Amino acid sequence: MAVRKNQATLTATEKRNFVNAVLELKRSGRYDEFVRTHNEFIMSDRDNSDRVGHRSPSFLPWHRRFLIQFEQELQKIDASVTLPYWDWTADRTTTSSIWGADFLGGTGRSRDAQVTTGPFAYATGKWNINVSVDDRPYLQRELGAAVRQLPTRAEVDAVLAMTTYDTAPWNSASEGSFRNYLEGWRGANLHNRVHVWIGGQMSSGVSPNDPVFWLHHCFIDKLWADWQRMHPSSGYLPTGGTANVVDLRDTMRPWNDVTPADLLDHTKFYTYDR
Amino acid sequence: MSRTMTRRALLRGSAAAAAGLAVAGAAVAASGQSATAMDHTGHGDHTGHGDPGLQPFDEVYQGRRITGRPVEGGHAAHHGGYAVTIDGKDLHLMQNADGTWISVVNHYQTYGDPLAVTRAAVDKLRGAVLVPIATA
Repeated sequence: MAVRKNQATLTATEKRNFVNAVLELKRSGRYDEFVRTHNEFIMSDRDNSDRVGHRSPSFLPWHRRFLIQFEQELQKIDASVTLPYWDWTADRTTTSSIWGADFLGGTGRSRDAQVTTGPFAYATGKWNINVSVDDRPYLQRELGAAVRQLPTRAEVDAVLAMTTYDTAPWNSASEGSFRNYLEGWRGANLHNRVHVWIGGQMSSGVSPNDPVFWLHHCFIDKLWADWQRMHPSSGYLPTGGTANVVDLRDTMRPWNDVTPADLLDHTKFYTYDR
Repeated sequence: MSRTMTRRALLRGSAAAAAGLAVAGAAVAASGQSATAMDHTGHGDHTGHGDPGLQPFDEVYQGRRITGRPVEGGHAAHHGGYAVTIDGKDLHLMQNADGTWISVVNHYQTYGDPLAVTRAAVDKLRGAVLVPIATA
């Protein structure tokens, strides 16, 4: 059984293996398909019509499935690799080791926000931005520029304390909804704020262009698992007959063969280190 | 007088208005937060047929020509009933249920109206040119 670990605890070898597998996925062209898929969903998921990947109850199971698929692709390249998660409540500065040159590289330079350190810097020739909203071919970041602070542990705990998975109208306006407060359209703003804090492609629809996307979403996925453990009697909602929304046993695009119910128990696929 | 009226007057204008574009843009920018809180009488409209409370705009911001206008039907569904361009290239917009706006450039941060979200995109582009996103 694959164990997903906190990125701060990875050995130098584990970091290198993860980076190399990501680079190989990029070289093969498979990586960019994940970017394209994510952007197609983020542009089409809407509050008042069909919504699957975002701003809806299936935000969490959709990304769980998306990450499993990505992790499986990495494991085809190196069977020892699993997705690490980034606990941004703990490793919350621009000098945290996650941004080291031996892992994801640091923030962008001031002139054009271009990342110039680490394995994903444009000058390496191995990380061109191909699926994009503009004509810049390089990875960009502006860590902490658009919003000063990453969410705190206390803010996370307050959202984890919410007992109801999701509420009508099952979109970005949902109140009292663990899902929507975790996603960040309401409340202290957790998931969305982290995208904004990183900046560059991470704050756009093509956010998976930055490999930190996977580590961020892996932590969001872990928070869902933590929430389930805290609230064992609170299930996925809604459970049936809801227009434009993926109910518990509806299949999800783009796979069409998997439902939220199939994805509630992550231990069928992987476990977390704690 | 509302910013909407100011912009209307601007758009009605002719050569004189064109000369004043940058100045008017600055005046709008100076209104800051109140600008983003402009009257959204139509923000409850979720039919994708446009927001009657939203007016068109056409200005130069940070050296970029930005335009916005309410649109109806078809392709507009993807633009939340409002179409925006930066130097003639489409910027994908979306309106949230609470009336706020996001764009494909800033997809995790909300703005009060299409003008604010378009200006934010200009800031983030740093002169880069929007491109149509390749789809599978």
